[in-house]
Amino acid sequence: MTDDIEIKDKAAWDAAEKVADYEHGWSSDIETDFAPKGLNEDTVRFISAKKNEPEWMLEWRLKAFAMWKTMEAPDWAKLNVPPIDYQDAYYYAAPKAKPKLNSLEEVDPEILRVYEKLGIPIAEQKLLAGVEGGEDGGLPQRRVAVDAVFDSVSVATTFRAELERAGVIFRSISEAIKEYPDLVRKYLGKIVPMHDNYFATLNCAVFSDGTFVYIPEGVRCPMELSTYFRINAENTGQFERTLIVADKGSYVSYLEGCTAPMRDENQLHAAVVELVALDDAEIKYSTVQNWYPGDAEGKGGIYNFVTKRALCQGRNSKVSWTQVETGSAVTWKYPSCVLNGENSVGEFYSVAVTNNHQQADTGTKMIHNGKGSRSTIVSKGISAGHSNNTYRGLVRVAPNAEGVRNFTQCDSLLLGSLSGAHTVPYIEVRNPSAQIEHEATTSKISDDQMFYAMARGLNAEEAVALIVNGFAKEVLQQLPMEFAVEAQKLLGISLEGSVG
Amino acid sequence: MLQINNLHANVGDKPILKGLTLSLNAGEIHAVMGPNGAGKSTLGYVLSGRPGYEVTEGSVTFNGQDLLALEPHERAAAGLFLGFQYPVEIPGVSNVQFLREALNAQRKYRGEAPLTGGEFLKVAREQAGALGMDMEMLKRPVNVGFSGGEKKRNEMVQMGIIDPALAILDETDSGLDIDALRTVGDGINRIMRKPDKAVLLITHYQRLLDYVKPDFVHVLDGGRITRTGGAELALELERDGYKELAA
Ligand SMILES: Nc1ncnc2c1ncn2[C@@H]1O[C@H](COP(=O)(O)OP(=O)(O)O)[C@@H](O)[C@H]1O
Ligand SMILES: [Mg+2]
Repeated sequence: MTDDIEIKDKAAWDAAEKVADYEHGWSSDIETDFAPKGLNEDTVRFISAKKNEPEWMLEWRLKAFAMWKTMEAPDWAKLNVPPIDYQDAYYYAAPKAKPKLNSLEEVDPEILRVYEKLGIPIAEQKLLAGVEGGEDGGLPQRRVAVDAVFDSVSVATTFRAELERAGVIFRSISEAIKEYPDLVRKYLGKIVPMHDNYFATLNCAVFSDGTFVYIPEGVRCPMELSTYFRINAENTGQFERTLIVADKGSYVSYLEGCTAPMRDENQLHAAVVELVALDDAEIKYSTVQNWYPGDAEGKGGIYNFVTKRALCQGRNSKVSWTQVETGSAVTWKYPSCVLNGENSVGEFYSVAVTNNHQQADTGTKMIHNGKGSRSTIVSKGISAGHSNNTYRGLVRVAPNAEGVRNFTQCDSLLLGSLSGAHTVPYIEVRNPSAQIEHEATTSKISDDQMFYAMARGLNAEEAVALIVNGFAKEVLQQLPMEFAVEAQKLLGISLEGSVG
Repeated sequence: MLQINNLHANVGDKPILKGLTLSLNAGEIHAVMGPNGAGKSTLGYVLSGRPGYEVTEGSVTFNGQDLLALEPHERAAAGLFLGFQYPVEIPGVSNVQFLREALNAQRKYRGEAPLTGGEFLKVAREQAGALGMDMEMLKRPVNVGFSGGEKKRNEMVQMGIIDPALAILDETDSGLDIDALRTVGDGINRIMRKPDKAVLLITHYQRLLDYVKPDFVHVLDGGRITRTGGAELALELERDGYKELAA
């Protein structure tokens, strides 16, 4: 106990020192950039100034902040979240800015260590860290462009040249705000409006960084785009902002993966992801989320309040969300599709694993406004330990949307007898031509299956991992190969200690 | 190879095995026959370490090792294979994935290098081919949608791939038509009829024994071995039934 208090005091002291550092104005030559602890208008101004944002962006943030102050946190989810002290957190932390580097040795070893843990090959690490010559240094075969978000700021963006040749814009959102202000302004906050919900509004005010992608008309993005998120500084809330625009007839597959190191204190993560697909465009958005879930007793862990929404604006447009959610103490997340375009398609494939004291309330909304729009929802919830796992889904069909179809499959798998699985489907159909199908199952891993697998040589944990992967297969096979393997391992790891 | 000595076991609170003694040497095939509910499957489960099957007395040694001290997966790695009377379905997991993971887990436990995908597929193809099983079936989820006979055949393919030292085959013959019976019988001989291997063939009927000639036949009744003889005992049982024998 005493140790805890001492550490806390030290953190406060360090923070106070940093605040003192900043008193001569928040110029960009400060090596370590922390916004002072707490949240007020100055925090918002600090973040905006730190990023040299144009005036319109600052105004937008301030407007959001004023709005947020009048709002209350939602409480409708099946989650038990202690009140969050928004003043007891940092809202901005940037890694040390270094201009040009000649070799990996010049990169902050701490940053490299994180890359290594993430399993990023050396050549790619060079690219990430912005090492000169990294780009032609015998690049690995894997065709994934990585935009690493280290803490809150993109350290580097890779594969830029090749993408640029294809006309694809793949930038940190801070860069995009400066380089492509018209494009950003056209869509930012248009899919998830500023007032959408408490956490989205907060994100508008204090978003630190994130990714911007634009795929021009008729272009098939030549590689998978990927962002690694990672919370690294203690007490730093993470407010990522992602905007992907797929112009007519374009295609892009985007991967988002998260890992987080062990932390004792709860950290808030409130990301906003906005996707827009125009006529005949397709976006495939895949997530593997394994933020720190807290320890076996339920201490610590990330609070993950995410707003993800796609606008299928064009006819025949398609957005497919695939998520594997294994981390976070609390997950509150409903990647959704607003299907405005005629014959547009929305898909949601989800695996959510909760163990120990984790809580997940996740699902999707399929809003059918377009004629002939179709959606598919496949949700696989796996609960172990004392955890609670809720699927919450809305299928809405507007009065003039003829010929809509939806298929929903919700399966829950329980491990042990102390965990909970809940399915909360909302179906609002205002057009009689709609065909809506909903199937739900709840099952347990049977003793027969366990013994069969063990009699063939698998230990209890391997047997559970195998059976769970089988259960989640329909979703896992939607992931790009590279992610699927990682995700399979992750399912097993997340359930460690849940048997035997 | 296997020495079962005065084995007593409960299922739940119910005593099922009541002092069973049996010895198998390498190179031997033993048949265990007996009426329904005699405890034949229980014997297989107890030897494989199924949870819920509690040994209350007696001992089992397998190649000099205390078998009962091992976890089920450790027994598998030590070379014991149980062919299930009712093979279990595992949705979403292909046979190929299941067996490769299982085999490599066993190899890892024994300190052997894992088989690569290619090496494994080669073995799998051979075994499936020998047992007349379509490779496409091996890519399907474990036992899901398989007929009774296909499941049993699949157990034999698994046995061929895993290549155990001791196989306990629990009513592998039930649910097989006459052609499948021959294929499975041939499979057992091919895979297990070797000087360093042994088989405990649990069966209800004598017909499998037309294909797999046992060196010994035991009658299991009331939780213990009541009679032991050669292959001719099976024929006697077939003719007279267990009741006659017990009387
Ligand atoms: N899970 C169980 N719970 C209670 N009794 C069981 C269970 N499994 C088997 N038994 C009983 O144990 C006895 C032996 O069963 P079993 O070993 O399956 O016989 P066999 O395979 O020889 O037909 C039977 O009386 C059966 O009802
Ligand atoms: Mg039986």
